[in-house]
Amino acid sequence: MPKRTDIRRILVIGAGPIVIGQAGEFDYSGSQACKALKSEGYEVILVNSNPATIMTDPDMADRTYIEPVTADVVAAVIEKERPDALLPTMGGQTGLNVAMELAGSGALDRFGVRMIGADVSAIRKAEDRDEFRAAMLRIGIEVPPSGLASSVDEAMAVAESIGYPVVVRPAFTLGGTGGGIASGEDDLRRIADFGLRLSMRGQILVEKSLVGWKEFELEVMRDCKDNVVIICSIENFDPMGVHTGDSITVAPAQTLTDREYQDMRDAAIAIIREIGVATGGSNIQFAVDPKTGRMVAIEMNPRVSRSSALASKATGFPIAKFAAKLAVGYSLDEIPNDITKVTPASFEPTIDYIVVKIPRFAFEKFPGAKDELTTSMKSVGETMAIGRSFPEALQKGLRGLEISCDGLDARGERKIEGRDLEECLRVPNSLRLFAIRKALRLGWDAGRISGLTGIDPWFVDQIGRIVEMESRLAAAGSLERIGPGMLREAKRLGFSDAQIAAIFGGKPSEIRAARAEAGVRPVYKIVDTCAAEFEACTPYYYSTYDEENEARRESAQKVMILGCGPYRIGQGIEFDYCCCHAAFALRELGYEAIMVNSNPETVSTDYDTSDRLYFEPVTVEDVLNIWEEEGPIGAIVQLGGQTPLNISRRLEAAGVKILGTSTEAIERASDRDRFRELLIKLDARQPPNGAAVSTKEALAIAARVGYPVIVRPSFVLGGRAMEVVNDEEELAEYMERALEASEGQAVLVDKFLEDAVEVDVDAVADGRQVMIAGILEHIEEAGVHSGDAAMVLPPFSLRPEVIAEMVRLTVRLGLELEVKGLMNIQFAVTRDNQVYVLEVNPRASRTVPFISKATGIPWAKVATKIMVGCKLQEIGPFDFPKRPRYAVKESALPFARFEGVDAVLGPEMKSTGEVMGVDDDIGAAFFKSQLAVGCRLPTSGTVFISVKDRDKKEAVSVAAGFQKLGFKIVATRGTAEFLRRAGVEVEQINKISEGPPNVLNLMEKGDVHLIINTPSGKYPRKDEVRIRTTAIRRGIPLSTTMSSAQAALWGTDRLRKSGGRLDVLPLQEIFGMCEERHADRRAEALAPPPPVG
Amino acid sequence: MEQFASIALEDGRVFHGLSFGAEGEKTGEIVFNTSMCGYQEILTDPSYRGQIVVMTYPLIGNYGTTPEDEESRGPQVEGFVVREASRLASNWRSRETLREYLAMRGVVAVEGVDTRAITRHIRSRGAMKAIVSTLDRDGARLAARAKASPGLSERDLVREVTCQASRTRSDGGGEKRFRIVVVDCGCKASILRLLEASGCSVAIVRADASAWEIMSNKPDGLFLSNGPGDPAVCGYLVSTVRDLLDELPIFGICLGHQIMGLAAGGRTYKLKFGHRGANHPVKELATGRIDITAQNHGYAVDPASLDPEAVEVTHVNLYDGTVEGLRFKRAPAFAVQYHPEAAPGPHDARHLFRRFVDMMAERKGMRLP
Repeated sequence: MPKRTDIRRILVIGAGPIVIGQAGEFDYSGSQACKALKSEGYEVILVNSNPATIMTDPDMADRTYIEPVTADVVAAVIEKERPDALLPTMGGQTGLNVAMELAGSGALDRFGVRMIGADVSAIRKAEDRDEFRAAMLRIGIEVPPSGLASSVDEAMAVAESIGYPVVVRPAFTLGGTGGGIASGEDDLRRIADFGLRLSMRGQILVEKSLVGWKEFELEVMRDCKDNVVIICSIENFDPMGVHTGDSITVAPAQTLTDREYQDMRDAAIAIIREIGVATGGSNIQFAVDPKTGRMVAIEMNPRVSRSSALASKATGFPIAKFAAKLAVGYSLDEIPNDITKVTPASFEPTIDYIVVKIPRFAFEKFPGAKDELTTSMKSVGETMAIGRSFPEALQKGLRGLEISCDGLDARGERKIEGRDLEECLRVPNSLRLFAIRKALRLGWDAGRISGLTGIDPWFVDQIGRIVEMESRLAAAGSLERIGPGMLREAKRLGFSDAQIAAIFGGKPSEIRAARAEAGVRPVYKIVDTCAAEFEACTPYYYSTYDEENEARRESAQKVMILGCGPYRIGQGIEFDYCCCHAAFALRELGYEAIMVNSNPETVSTDYDTSDRLYFEPVTVEDVLNIWEEEGPIGAIVQLGGQTPLNISRRLEAAGVKILGTSTEAIERASDRDRFRELLIKLDARQPPNGAAVSTKEALAIAARVGYPVIVRPSFVLGGRAMEVVNDEEELAEYMERALEASEGQAVLVDKFLEDAVEVDVDAVADGRQVMIAGILEHIEEAGVHSGDAAMVLPPFSLRPEVIAEMVRLTVRLGLELEVKGLMNIQFAVTRDNQVYVLEVNPRASRTVPFISKATGIPWAKVATKIMVGCKLQEIGPFDFPKRPRYAVKESALPFARFEGVDAVLGPEMKSTGEVMGVDDDIGAAFFKSQLAVGCRLPTSGTVFISVKDRDKKEAVSVAAGFQKLGFKIVATRGTAEFLRRAGVEVEQINKISEGPPNVLNLMEKGDVHLIINTPSGKYPRKDEVRIRTTAIRRGIPLSTTMSSAQAALWGTDRLRKSGGRLDVLPLQEIFGMCEERHADRRAEALAPPPPVG
Repeated sequence: MEQFASIALEDGRVFHGLSFGAEGEKTGEIVFNTSMCGYQEILTDPSYRGQIVVMTYPLIGNYGTTPEDEESRGPQVEGFVVREASRLASNWRSRETLREYLAMRGVVAVEGVDTRAITRHIRSRGAMKAIVSTLDRDGARLAARAKASPGLSERDLVREVTCQASRTRSDGGGEKRFRIVVVDCGCKASILRLLEASGCSVAIVRADASAWEIMSNKPDGLFLSNGPGDPAVCGYLVSTVRDLLDELPIFGICLGHQIMGLAAGGRTYKLKFGHRGANHPVKELATGRIDITAQNHGYAVDPASLDPEAVEVTHVNLYDGTVEGLRFKRAPAFAVQYHPEAAPGPHDARHLFRRFVDMMAERKGMRLP
């Protein structure tokens, strides 16, 4: 059937900020969908609050709304744009839920919008646990015994009847949020209570736990002619009980016979038909009893998902792109296979390699959180590796994960040193691979390991092959004593040069040289959807140690872009955005872009993004191999975050030409002493500081610069282990911990500038000229990590001379460091308007996509062009928006995932993603930014205020402000008295320890609508923590700094004035159509200074 | 103890690997199969007689072997080539590892070679004669022996795999409404199971059985099975089928399909590298329905050679447009080139067994539920 002509305008809902369980994969699928629909001639309207996405680039959709993905805001967009259809399946659970709300509220009917892909009834059947169960029974597919509960008591009754252990699954939530396994009544009481609160409709499913069964997933697609195909089968390395997002997963399935696989395939086809997903992709999960082969269906996602992104990368079959085409009426046989060009998409990909996905965790970021894997997802990123054997793929994945191991090696095993091995095997955790390694090395029986872990014996045996090879190498003792045959064998099992070198006690470069001499080199094979049955037109490669090399040497001018590897807190989608733009820029200039990355949740690893894609770990060895294979003119390392930067020196030493800012300049900015010299030379101020390798030294420095001081280990990412300490006692205690962890590295001690405003300045430079891209004023005061802080562009409180000084310093630093490309400078401005330089990063920073979206100029593209030799003057002119608006960046925080972890911002970064709120008014922009991270500021009700002494003065004006807007103010004694004395009417309530009525009672009753609670110190009182964690759990807006409380006041004020309505405006209008020039001060602040040089 | 094994192609290309099966040396046509599972069914499919099978999926043997998944009495392939054979079998049904299974049954098997390179070679040069050996490592000598070996069309492989003597299957289960004769050209066990499950009692006859012998079973329908080699070699069967075309409903699969094409006066030809896998899309032209099918054939029916008055092409392969199904316009007979019984492969096309049954019912004036 040809495409539909009865629809013209299609609304696509994006997934919003990156959060645990919903990450970059939805940018990948969303951008594919937008591109596919646009290329078919449809007008695409997009709503997504996440500015760090490629899909929100102004040329991806026709009308791009960077607005909160909530039902009311999307309804406002619908009212304005009047789309004919809504595609709800590209924005993850968020997109689906918002679409369901819009349908429920009648907004879709009111404006005549049809859902395409999956409709309301299909979504409900798949998502509503009871309906799903009933549907499965209708088609004779077994599901685990279960019952629905709307209260804790009901949950207990269900568990009683089906028997413990049970799994709690809240309806309509994301990534298993609020779910868990309860082995007894106490567990269940707690988990059920939490789950009921988080479920969109106060409903949970209590299900018989199948812990220990094998878990499989099938990615299924259906078209309007009812043709159904399976794109990929996935086997979870981890058994049931571990969320599939936290499991190591493998494609294709490894341990199913054809009979079992076909039964599963039949079931999947029956399920997608019964649920009634009209067109598009779905993910269906199954559990299989390893003892009997009995199969049950666990759940179905009627949309593209993390697994479908993985399946797309694993097979070369672009699920989201084709799902979009199917949604507008094409059938699978009408769509050509992208890779072969000559065969249709109505087939099932077959692959001739093995794919392993390994999740990456961030437990170290959340003290108090247990490293335990359950049904609630906790990983923050993942890496995917392709190989021709399981050990090869697994070890490539491990070294791409950047968790200080070069494979399944001794370095990794050290992480579990001193821990009970049996416990490490029995309770699933992020280090289980190393526990298996250790157990095998100690001679534990593989059957016992399999029994303890629930991991299939086949996988344990494959790990055994790695362990055996390592002991063979160790027994040989040196490189000279193994021949090329054994070296090749080790490489075929995925051993890295570094891993082999560690076994022999040598250097990786020696192994590399020996390999070169013996001719043990990797070959590159193509991911082609068809196991070589047809010729592939797409250069999508992976390396392996086999005979035939398929990489095609071409003479074009090529540039290599090094990607960011797995996402982690501190290095997220922002860097992938930059790498994609590098590829776009290179294409514009006629270069071929070679992309190297190992992260499947990215747009950069879409084979459409670059000219040649190498799905490989971003390590020295793997990058050098590609460099030698391809012979590019240079490599771009400054856009992919720390991952490429960390290896840039070693790459350069091995002959790789680094494009743009020199590694020397990067080092000059990061080496503490040289940086200090640099600042002195440029007459720039820096907070007094020092480096200490002992507690005594640290105390001496602190005494010299004065408390409070900010302390951190040197060479860390995302403010890892960074803290503000207030006195000697705290410092001594910190040093004890830090020295132990930092393995002899120095600890940096800086004077902490209290009450200073932090400012980020991003700029591009070509060596001769420096251009300011944007100036971002933080809302939170200095001390909150810039990755977590809310920021505003343009600055809202800085004086012109302060801005001028920051511009002057930026230009001087850019010229002095001969920056060619991007740079980011963090300033602190004290109350007396002194400007201090905190940090200079001559590379792309996290804020580049945000600034690009706020200014309408693709800065990463500009930087890339500079890196290959263009000058700023040739790239311009730069059209900054004529009508300045406020853009607020806010961070999405994962506290709700980690039960019992205090929800306080500090110098250590904790956020997983970001959103942007844009409006003429700063209050409305802030309100939008809060709404976009799931926090709806109240326009009436009660505000609870409890602040530390230092904040009390400021609390008065905030409290008075809220009171003026008609809010009731409640506070505990100390704050209440202070406010009352200042003339604010306050209702005093008990402290928690004093019993009811205290704030917790009010919160539980829903009588508090905003909480302003600033932490009292490094060791917050227990009461505070309980208030904050309860707020997170109950979803009550929470301000932990006075400045964000102030901003909340602005937002509330503005919303009351506009009667609760938010204006929505697409980027295309912000950048293109408005001519008027505002003459107020905000305009001056935004208007960039001309290039200086 | 590791033992070397080599593969040589008639055009001189040689791959050295390790043995994981029996010792020996075998020649045959080298072909590749793209199924990711179902290796035991492939090994035991008589259609592979005369062929050395290369699996494109690199990890083979993971779930071991089980007597239940045998498609015939033991392995039929001349040789078996994989990237990596699992040393451990993990599945609740597994009895033997693949290594044990092959070694016990005398199959020469090679692992540790670049199977993708072999596949690409076959893709570009076409299926060709080859040799697998654990006895000789000299590439030139091996290639020469491969070249000198008889080709598929020089052997009547069907006579090698057809049953010794005609027999009747006894299947106790279910009501049997129809009696059919299966011409065994190397019939897979799954086909017989599915015919029986559709309510047929089955008499099996040799591929060279006469029309008289077939009819003496008083069948309601005739089934022509899959089988190995070049259909043009089976002239005896073609003429038998021609004699029976108007007599009773006929259903043919794979080689059976080719035989029916020949019986209709058409020609068959050799495909460059054949279709072997579990992911081939086949479109039914009348309905537009697409089935993902299991395939295993190196020859195809030439549509230009068919008389459109007599035979209609009902199915085509969406990969390359080749004929995948035929329907006789003047006789109750149809055939498909692919494998509706799958094993290994998707079950999408199992409805064809029902179609055959309906055809017999109609002939008998019966109405089926």
